[in-house]
Parts: sequence; structure tokens; C-alpha cells
Amino acid sequence: MSTPLRIGFIPLVDAAALIVAVDKGFTRAEGLDVTLVREVSWSNVRDKLNIGMFDAAHLLAPVAIASSLGLGHVKVPIVAPFNLGLNGNAITVSPALHAAIMSEIEGDAVDPMATALALARVVANRKKAGAEPLTFGMTFPFSTHNYQLRFWMAAGGVDPDEDVRLVVLPPPYMVDSLANGHVDAFCVGAPWNSVAVDLGVGHILHFVSDILVRAAEKVLAVRQNWAEKNADVVAALVRAASHAADYIEDPANRAEAAQVLARPDRIGVDAEVIQRTLDGRLKVSPDGQRRESNRYLLVGREGAARPDPAQAAWLYAQMVRWGQTAMRPEALKTAMGVFRPDLYDAAMGQQGTAAGASDAIGAFAGPAFDPGDIEGHLAAFEIGRWKP
Amino acid sequence: MSAESPKIVIVDESPIRAAILEEGLREAGFTGVVHISEMQNLLARIYALDPDVILIDLENPSRDVLEQMFQVSRAVRRPIAMFVDQSDAASIQASVEAGVSAYIVDGLKKERIKPILDLCISRFNAFSKLQDELDRTKSALEERKVIDRAKGILMKAKGFTEDEAYVLMRSTAMREKKKIGEIAQSILTASELLK
Repeated sequence: MSTPLRIGFIPLVDAAALIVAVDKGFTRAEGLDVTLVREVSWSNVRDKLNIGMFDAAHLLAPVAIASSLGLGHVKVPIVAPFNLGLNGNAITVSPALHAAIMSEIEGDAVDPMATALALARVVANRKKAGAEPLTFGMTFPFSTHNYQLRFWMAAGGVDPDEDVRLVVLPPPYMVDSLANGHVDAFCVGAPWNSVAVDLGVGHILHFVSDILVRAAEKVLAVRQNWAEKNADVVAALVRAASHAADYIEDPANRAEAAQVLARPDRIGVDAEVIQRTLDGRLKVSPDGQRRESNRYLLVGREGAARPDPAQAAWLYAQMVRWGQTAMRPEALKTAMGVFRPDLYDAAMGQQGTAAGASDAIGAFAGPAFDPGDIEGHLAAFEIGRWKP
Repeated sequence: MSAESPKIVIVDESPIRAAILEEGLREAGFTGVVHISEMQNLLARIYALDPDVILIDLENPSRDVLEQMFQVSRAVRRPIAMFVDQSDAASIQASVEAGVSAYIVDGLKKERIKPILDLCISRFNAFSKLQDELDRTKSALEERKVIDRAKGILMKAKGFTEDEAYVLMRSTAMREKKKIGEIAQSILTASELLK
């Protein structure tokens, strides 16, 4: 007997473990009969999960937390027993902004502090000249993209709420908006950065792994009360996704995984573009220049799949830093409780391992992150909407 | 706050559905209805119109753009409710199932938003029913064409009359527990292969 499930996803490469789990039969092997439903917006994914039209979903990690806290929408407690990916985003800038940053840069262009300081000088020059502020696109108010952009530019002295404009753009509109000058830059997941580079309208300035070594990106999300009633199904889903992640990370399977993901009813872009992301070998400029990183997108590797509550705490800290919510200890506890390594361990038959002793994030600026002292941590940053 | 009739913005790329919705709202006495079909600079346009209620097609990716608007509005301390309110899960469910999402921008009273939302849900449902009927009619027409072509093939190959060809397909369909359209399609496929 197999359990029917409806699972929503957004066509992005970091849905890979979920899509491969279904399309390569890993979910069937676990006794699950999964229908994947492609969605157009994170609001839709969230709402359909919240009201039970989906049993599970590919969801932005911060949306799972915001939903559990009732931020920005109705409060529905969500749990994440599996992390679909770490990292995977990139910051892409228009050729004009790229040239402006490169003319101001001191130091190495892959050093995010050097680019952030250069951006601050570009912003100051524009202000002096009376030009419009630069506009940056990101995918959702509660998104890693939003926090990664803000973290980076603020480290260089740019106030993301005062000095530039940050706007939400649906990922499929990003490339057009960059091409027609509606935005000067964006932070988005694959494949959109590569699409912009291939069309000659953008330069990838940073992989987000330059900014944060480990950033929880998308989670496999389920409603808390559903997870309690369907513990076996949750465990089966986790195992299926885990097998899929192992499959994807084996270099021998990459080409086939990319083919599966490329299908029109899944991500619907060229397999070659998808494989670049999985391999972490990206074309970063229209002239063909490439950059490699073995941390570009982690699907299951280096413990990426096991939810880490310290990551949830970091995301909550960003919500506090940028004024999306006030700092409340019980809300922090709720946020950390969204990420459920215990459910992951139960499914995988593993003993729980403690999170990294020092810092679960590895940010390029600021002190090591301490979930036990968020206020102390935030006090170290000059720019932010939160004041002690 | 708005005057008597709340200002309603409809964000929809389908001109037909937007027209159906707009007409319904006007009939119900809501005079301040504006339709936006262009997604570029959506936020700027909405800010300029300053609506009390925003209605958006659920399949529009720009829903995420509106979420930001509420975040920003929150920062300037404007009261906000989404859908109706936290307690009204049934309304949320009904509107999501119908494919419409309503955002209430200002401090509109629940009693005032309820009829708007209810009307939109019924209009959206009516629209999708129309769409379904259209699709069904289209596929029925397609099936008729396939059956006619299959009949032609049988008449030519077997020297049947039209009635005999039809009877053979129907009895085969009954025996194999399939639709007559499926039998007709397999005749077409087979004849393509045997060409």
C-alpha cells in the first residue's frame, strides 16, 4: 500500500533532492506515491502548505520560521526534518555596475569585504552626482537572498534600507529586469544567475558561499501537527530525499540528475546549465570566465541535509536585525524548534551529533555567531534596524 | 481610511477574468475598481493608487512582490490584515481553492471585506467552470475528429459501411473497457505505423 502525497515546489536547482527522490523512484521505494506540483510563488507554496492542499513543500528556510512565528501572514507551525540545500545563491550585477565596482575595488574581487567597500564608494559617488539609488532584486522578504544581500552590503557600510532599494522580484522576471535596467543587481538561486550571464546581461559577482560558508537555503517543510500524526511518512520522505541527495552528489550520476531536473514539468531549463550549479563550476562573466567552488550548492554533502537549529537561530537574528520582528527569547526558541535534527536522526537511524562547536555559519564579517547571545551578536553590527 | 466604497485593485494578467470580476464588483455597488495587467513596476503603481483591497490571481508570480509591500507598510505602521484575519481559516481555504488571493491594505472592517471576498470567490469559481467547459468542449470536438478518421480507415480497409465501422469500434471499446476515443486513436496510430 502506498501513501499518496502532494508536494509543492518552485522550479529551482535546490529542489533537486525532492525532484530526484520522486522521479528516480526513491519515494516509491519508501512506499510513497508523490505528486509534485510546480508553483509560481513562495506565497502560494506557503499558503497551500498551510491550509493542507500540500502535505509537504520545498520552502525557503526563513519562510518556515516566519510561518511558525506568524510573521507576515497567518501563524501555522511548520517543521523542517530535512534540509534540501546549503548555499546555492549568487549575486549577479549588471555590466555597468560591475564596471563601477571594479573601478573602485582595492583588493581581490572574490573577497566580499573588498566588493562591499567598493559598492559603498559607488553608492557614495552616485549620491554626490544626484543619481537614482541602485536597485537590488531579491526573491522574498523572508528569504536568504534578502539577508545575504543585506549582510554583504552592510559590512561595507551600505545601509540596505537607506542607501539602495531592495525589491522583491519573482525569479523568472529577474533576468529581464536586469536587462531592461529595472534592477542593477540581484541575488537569486540557480539557474537564473547563469541565465543572465549566458545572455550577456550580467556578471556573477559573488557566490553566497563567499559571504557565508554554511547557509540553510531551502527546507523540506511539513505542518507540525501533520508531522506528529504522520511520523512514519515523514521518516520515509526524509530517507527518500536522503537517497536522492546521495545520488545527486555522486559525480557519476550528475549528468543524469541534471537531465531529470531539466524536464519541462520540473525546472525546465537546459540540463547543461543545471549541471554547472551541481558541479559548482559556473560561467561568471559573459566573456566566458569561469569560477569553481566545491561549496556553491551542497545537496546532502558535509552534513548539509541534517537541519541545524543554529542555522534557524541565525535566520531569526537576521529578521530581528532588519526590523521584521522584535527580539523575544521564546520566539527564538520557536524558530530553532522549526529545524528538527531529531526527526532526521530518527528517520536515518542515526545518533544525534552536536552542531559544530564554534560557529555554524562562517560569515565573512562580524563575530562568530552565537545562538545563545543574539543581542550581543547583533550589537557588533553598526547597520541595522534593531537597537538594544 | 477610504470613503464609502473601498478602492479595489485587481491584479490579473487575464483580461477576461479581470473583466468578469470587475463587472461583478460594480454590480454589487463597489465603484472604485481598478485593473492592473502590467506587472512591471507593480509596487509603484499600487502605491500610487493606494487601494484598500488588492485582489490577485493566485497563479501570478507577483504575489511575492505584494508580500514585500506589506513588510514595507508594516515599517510605516499601517494597519494590515491579510485575507480576513487569522481566525478565518475557512475564508483563506475557499479563496486559495478558487485561485484568488485578497490582501486588505488598510484597516477595513471584516464586515466590509467579507462580501468582496465572497463575490470574488464565486466569480473565480464561475470563471474556472467556464474554462473547464471550454476545455471539455474542445476535447469532445477533438475526439469526434479522431473517431471520424478511424471510421474512414476501417471503411477503406475492410469495406465497411460507416455504421459497421462505428459498431465495431464501440463493441471493441466495451470489450476492452476503454473509451471509443481511445480505440479510434489506436486505429490511427496503427495505421500510421503500417503506412
